[in-house]
Amino acid sequence: MSVITPDIIAAHQLTAGEYDKIVSLLGREPTWTELGIFSVMWSEHCSYKSSRLHLKKLPTRSKLVLQGPGENAGIIDIGGGYAIAFKIESHNHPSFIEPFQGAATGVGGILRDIFTMGARPIAVMDALRFGPLTRESENPQTGARNARILEGVVSGIAHYGNCFGVPTVGGECVFDPSYNGNPLVNVFALGVFKKGEVFYGKAEGIGNPVIYVGAKTGRDGIHGASMASAEFTEESKQKRPNVQVGDPFLEKLLLEACLEAMKTGAIVGIQDMGAAGLTSSSCEMGSRAGTGVEIDMQYVPQRETGMTPYEILLSESQERMLLVAEKGREEEVFSVFRKWGLDAVTIGVVTGTGKLCVKDHGQIVAEIPNHALANEAPLYDRPHTTPYRTAPMEAPAFDNLPTPQRALEILISSGDLCSKRWIYEQYDYMVRTNTVEGPGGDAAVVRVKETGTSIAMSLDGNGRYCSLSPREGARLIVAECCRNLSTVGALPVAATNNLNFGNPERPEIMAQLVEAIEGMGEACTFFETPITGGNVSLYNETLGDAIYPSPVIGIVGLMKTSVPAGIAFRNPGRSVILLGGLGTSDRIRFGGTQYAKQIIQSLWGLPPALGMDYEKRVQAAVREIVAGGLAESAHDLSDGGLAVALAESSFGNGIGAEIDLATDLAPEIALFHEGPSRILISTDNAAGIEQIARKHGVEALKIGVTLKEKVVIRNRAASLLNCDLDSLRQLWEGSLEKLLQS
Amino acid sequence: MKCGVVVFPGSNCDHDAWYAVSHNIGQTTEFIWHDAPKLGDIDAVILPGGFSYGDYLRCGAIARFSPVMKAVANFARDGGLVLGICNGFQILVESGLLPGALLRNQGLKFLCKTIELRTESTNSPFTHAATKGQVLNLPIAHGEGCYFADDRTLDELEAEDRIAFRYKTNPNGSVRDIAGILSRERNVLGMMPHPERATEPLMGSTDGLVILQSMVSALAATSK
Repeated sequence: MSVITPDIIAAHQLTAGEYDKIVSLLGREPTWTELGIFSVMWSEHCSYKSSRLHLKKLPTRSKLVLQGPGENAGIIDIGGGYAIAFKIESHNHPSFIEPFQGAATGVGGILRDIFTMGARPIAVMDALRFGPLTRESENPQTGARNARILEGVVSGIAHYGNCFGVPTVGGECVFDPSYNGNPLVNVFALGVFKKGEVFYGKAEGIGNPVIYVGAKTGRDGIHGASMASAEFTEESKQKRPNVQVGDPFLEKLLLEACLEAMKTGAIVGIQDMGAAGLTSSSCEMGSRAGTGVEIDMQYVPQRETGMTPYEILLSESQERMLLVAEKGREEEVFSVFRKWGLDAVTIGVVTGTGKLCVKDHGQIVAEIPNHALANEAPLYDRPHTTPYRTAPMEAPAFDNLPTPQRALEILISSGDLCSKRWIYEQYDYMVRTNTVEGPGGDAAVVRVKETGTSIAMSLDGNGRYCSLSPREGARLIVAECCRNLSTVGALPVAATNNLNFGNPERPEIMAQLVEAIEGMGEACTFFETPITGGNVSLYNETLGDAIYPSPVIGIVGLMKTSVPAGIAFRNPGRSVILLGGLGTSDRIRFGGTQYAKQIIQSLWGLPPALGMDYEKRVQAAVREIVAGGLAESAHDLSDGGLAVALAESSFGNGIGAEIDLATDLAPEIALFHEGPSRILISTDNAAGIEQIARKHGVEALKIGVTLKEKVVIRNRAASLLNCDLDSLRQLWEGSLEKLLQS
Repeated sequence: MKCGVVVFPGSNCDHDAWYAVSHNIGQTTEFIWHDAPKLGDIDAVILPGGFSYGDYLRCGAIARFSPVMKAVANFARDGGLVLGICNGFQILVESGLLPGALLRNQGLKFLCKTIELRTESTNSPFTHAATKGQVLNLPIAHGEGCYFADDRTLDELEAEDRIAFRYKTNPNGSVRDIAGILSRERNVLGMMPHPERATEPLMGSTDGLVILQSMVSALAATSK
């Protein structure tokens, strides 16, 4: 239809070399439609062409892993005849261009990944990163824009998850100028099903019908996958039409219809139409089964008239699925979808050619070997040097530090550490009545009614640590996530990761990615939490400014169902124990802390030092303590260190603590360093805890007692801080709303 | 009690209601599909929470035209117990089985939290096992829960002791802090808070049990 020029190739974000490869795979020049298909399937977003080589370094197996990377989601055996499917995915670029729909469709996409495998989604979590809000931003206009993005993203997540009927049970939200032009929206979803009832995206059985179900196809989201594979420029706003529009009601119907249709036994394979829509679902299903797929565009339900095959194939309209049914049993499938009021039509057939053959009213418009699209994408070993960093190694002068009490007030009122109630109250975190521990704890806990066990889950991803050392930062992230799970009494068993980085064509950014993957791999191997899938989001740059290297990890853990201890002190007069000990730090290792960020307003040095072996023993000890019912409360130390953890444990029930330390560390380091491997516990059985700690070879330092309405900390009788709990809690609770005001 | 839980397209607390009634108070419970012309052999029906028909147009506005709602109206007219929770309450006011309307929350945001509810009337099959003034800790989860009615209707509701529950601290701007109301015959209750989400210790509260158990004992008393 038109001659393919170098400009057209570039507009499809393909290099000249990639175009040559297409020509050689096809043995001819591609058609316009074929070029569009290759451009999405070979995009960074779909093909992982820059990261694949390094992702192979991650551990992916254990005896609980039933399905590792490469499918719609990873699957873990949870015992009792049940399994869970879970995965995290980013929707960063769309959420920047159109926050509400970008975030909403991010939730919709990951939910489809879960139920396309036959699992019913039972929990969602979100890891969010924004530029600083109005009152914390250097530039009021930028701050106001960040506030609008946050409000849009949160209401988008709420809109989709609440209506769909899946609880949003946790997550994290961090603010930093590094995300001013590139907010991050990473959505995690988890579903449960009977072991052995899994469905795969395979187009098996030559002659079987290929059936399209769900929403009609429109012009929305065309080339979304390619958009997500480029940096933002001034022109990016023109890409708004590339963002899809979500309808959670339709997705709820699709969920119920798919799960019901699966029970008929007539479905052979099923795959959702996510990034790259109909194109990726059909060629991936064919590629996995080693078959061909022939589809005719005239049968595809369309929302608007006059759509070209190119547009139909590349549309990312939401709430659609492609399935292959047993020939002759189509009516069983159709009747289920009719019951739920959804479109279901046969649009093609499984063939033996191994090719994706696209017709329009019988005329072939594209014919490409499936494996060329799905498996022959370019693989790049991109050059990588030393990780990009601008922070100095040496600490600045610690001049004019505020009192520890003032520092604590500043920290707990900051966007990073204040209460996130304003966010999570917009999410229905209780629907399905499985939420045992909702937002605000160390980890969310969701019970599985059928097995008497619960799944604990947490998301972590400290970008500041990774900006100082991607390798050490990634290890710390895994350690913290496992610690969060252990603190609620769960054994961490498997992980999913979302790697958010800048432009991999810059060797110093590529080095961040490589080192973070290697650090994550080392820690996941050590903590026995294999990665079962995930997502890579690159080109998170605007006008050449990259985000912090921001790997996010989601880890799931298993535990017996019981009422959790929780992070809040429950009774006055209880012993306060710091399991793992006070730890140590120095000024170099203090440079990535919240104190450095919020009080000294600088970033330097290295992240906190991690001893993985000690960390693992602390985690084993706390699991035993919590499972044995010895802890009235347990809360892990992370951002803001001991003082912030103490404050957080005090807010829940108005029970604070009186702490007596005996340390030579400077007050700001003793109270606010972020050394890992530490958990704050309150108990009426200190001796029992000390005994378990001894058994695991870890310190259990008795540092004080709980008391009503105050937080008091002394070092060798010298008062460090003495706060009235009520006023401290007001600062913490009301801060986010204040920061959002202009 | 033989209880039916209506399933509209978009209902998402249907299973929760079913679980609370069948597992946590041990009563026979079945689902009723939205196009069912009859309710069958049941003593009580629950219209569950969710987003029936996507809440398109207005919450509950399309569900009221569902075939099952004719059957529910007949069931209510014949004295059957009807409990509308959250979206179910919205459907009850849209279909005229209860007076008033549910508007967007005053704060214009969806709100999910556990709130304190004061039992105002114990003169109903849903509340007779509670004590007057009893405070119940129940979750809310809604974007359109701001109850509104004109003063005459409100005065009438008060005069007839038909306000079943009030919020202790009003979360959504409801007039006169109203959280749940009864029909004139007292056999239809609509409420925004979710009793089914507070029916076992793991859920964080068991205060919803008193409502479900009231229904069971009221039915047992009438069948004697």
